[in-house]
Amino acid sequence: MSNTGPEMPPAAHPEDEAAGTSGAPGIAAGEPAAGTGSGVAAGAAVPSAAIAPSAAAVSSDEALASAVAPGAAAAPGKRPLVHRHHWLVRVTHWANAVLLVGMIASGLQIYNAFGHFGRRGGPFFPNPFDGKPFPRWATLGGWLAGGLNWHFALAWPFVLTGAAYLLYMVISGEWRSLLFRPRDVPRAIAMQLYYLRLRKQHPPQGKHNALQKGAYTFILLLGVISVLSGFAIYKPAQLSWLTVLFGGYELARYWHFWAVFLFLAFTLVHVTLVLVVDPASLRAMITGWYRGRFPSHD
Amino acid sequence: MIDRRLSRRDLFRLGLAAGPASLLASCGWDGGPHLGPKLHAVSKVNDWVGEKLFLSSDRLAPQYPRSQRTAPRDFPAYSISHPLPVVADPAAWALEVKGLVAQPQRLTLAMIQALPSVTYTVKHHCVEGWTAIATWTGAPLASVIAMAQPTAAARYLRFDSFDHGYFNGWDLKSAMHPQTILAYAWNDRPLTPAHGAPLRVYAPIKLGYKLTKFLTAMTFTAEQPGGYWENQGYPWLGGV
Repeated sequence: MSNTGPEMPPAAHPEDEAAGTSGAPGIAAGEPAAGTGSGVAAGAAVPSAAIAPSAAAVSSDEALASAVAPGAAAAPGKRPLVHRHHWLVRVTHWANAVLLVGMIASGLQIYNAFGHFGRRGGPFFPNPFDGKPFPRWATLGGWLAGGLNWHFALAWPFVLTGAAYLLYMVISGEWRSLLFRPRDVPRAIAMQLYYLRLRKQHPPQGKHNALQKGAYTFILLLGVISVLSGFAIYKPAQLSWLTVLFGGYELARYWHFWAVFLFLAFTLVHVTLVLVVDPASLRAMITGWYRGRFPSHD
Repeated sequence: MIDRRLSRRDLFRLGLAAGPASLLASCGWDGGPHLGPKLHAVSKVNDWVGEKLFLSSDRLAPQYPRSQRTAPRDFPAYSISHPLPVVADPAAWALEVKGLVAQPQRLTLAMIQALPSVTYTVKHHCVEGWTAIATWTGAPLASVIAMAQPTAAARYLRFDSFDHGYFNGWDLKSAMHPQTILAYAWNDRPLTPAHGAPLRVYAPIKLGYKLTKFLTAMTFTAEQPGGYWENQGYPWLGGV
């Protein structure tokens, strides 16, 4: 991860004046011992400030931000502009977001041809959408053949960008800041307690907090499961070993369908939290550069 | 301060606009005159991948015990003609085997039934997403192909029917698969008109729309023959 790029270096960036005003409570950056303001941060850890910052909350936040901002070089009241996401991460993120919309819409078109899960004659697996077609605005392709052609055309770039991303994570070693591991369990609980306001101090974190790690690990796993279950229903005879792993063709189709709603639920929560908790991260995912209140690296 | 509020409102607008925009982009669009043909081109790539990478003559579709069979009334059967096409005089019916072959054939049902037979209980995969299990009996297509001796130029096989011009094109690799048969019995009884009497193609390695019913002819070709649904946009290979 290089810090060189088309953007200006942190110190000279014209938007520096706006730093420290992303309206959020200060947190202890990086390692607990590193922050001079971990004690101060505890006093300012009011989650509601992130949602609807009052003038008072922001002004006290500005003072905090200068005290606890990651990167000691930052001048008071300013947060450093740091490079957060590699171009490959950004490109594959947005490509797969668009591709996923197409995969889901064309998949719902395919579902409409037979809105049940199970063999002919039943019984069918429980499904709140059983026998109900999805509306035309939610589908892509116009009819079954169109849906199939879209689905099979978008599937390859979806798989390739996903694989490129995973390969990058492994080779760069960045998987360490994202993969949820057993040691993240107590950290995730602490984070959840903080969000429930049962804990005042924002738990220390790296690039992502433990709940984020859990969510991102889950969504990557869901992507892999979607692709594998997709192949299991694409070639149930030639890849019968894979179809068996999912419990047979009908169950593979069932899991493939439910993945849609897990993707949609994740996206809803993901976009909401980006906009509410850390809007600066949206810019980071577009340009790569981040000026926010969280550490950009572990 | 004001700038920041505006920018955050813009972010919300962006989020709010992204949803409807992607939905509008959907709207049952088949790709239109520009993207539609490109989707079809990708489908051809998938046909190639399906035949060259996924399909193997050694890999057999799983078989099931007879107890797993779908109740006959629950096994759907489609045809283009309504009412069902029926052969008036079964004794006069014959299958023409022609095209790029050294030995054209005219096979009566008795001749096909005299060939060594295959019986299996397998799962039927419809392109719509449903499945059903049945027992099928017939002569391996490979043995009829061996009788006809296709020439070196033969690359595809076209199946024709007496069902309102319904036809399918097949790759020879799928045609030579040991589980591809010319079926004359369904669930241990003679094939009914609903399932393609007197003779249909059957294989658990192809989707249902590839399994031509009411056969009249098999023609070996050098050019890809297309198909009734395939020419309207369905994937040509239709392999599972």
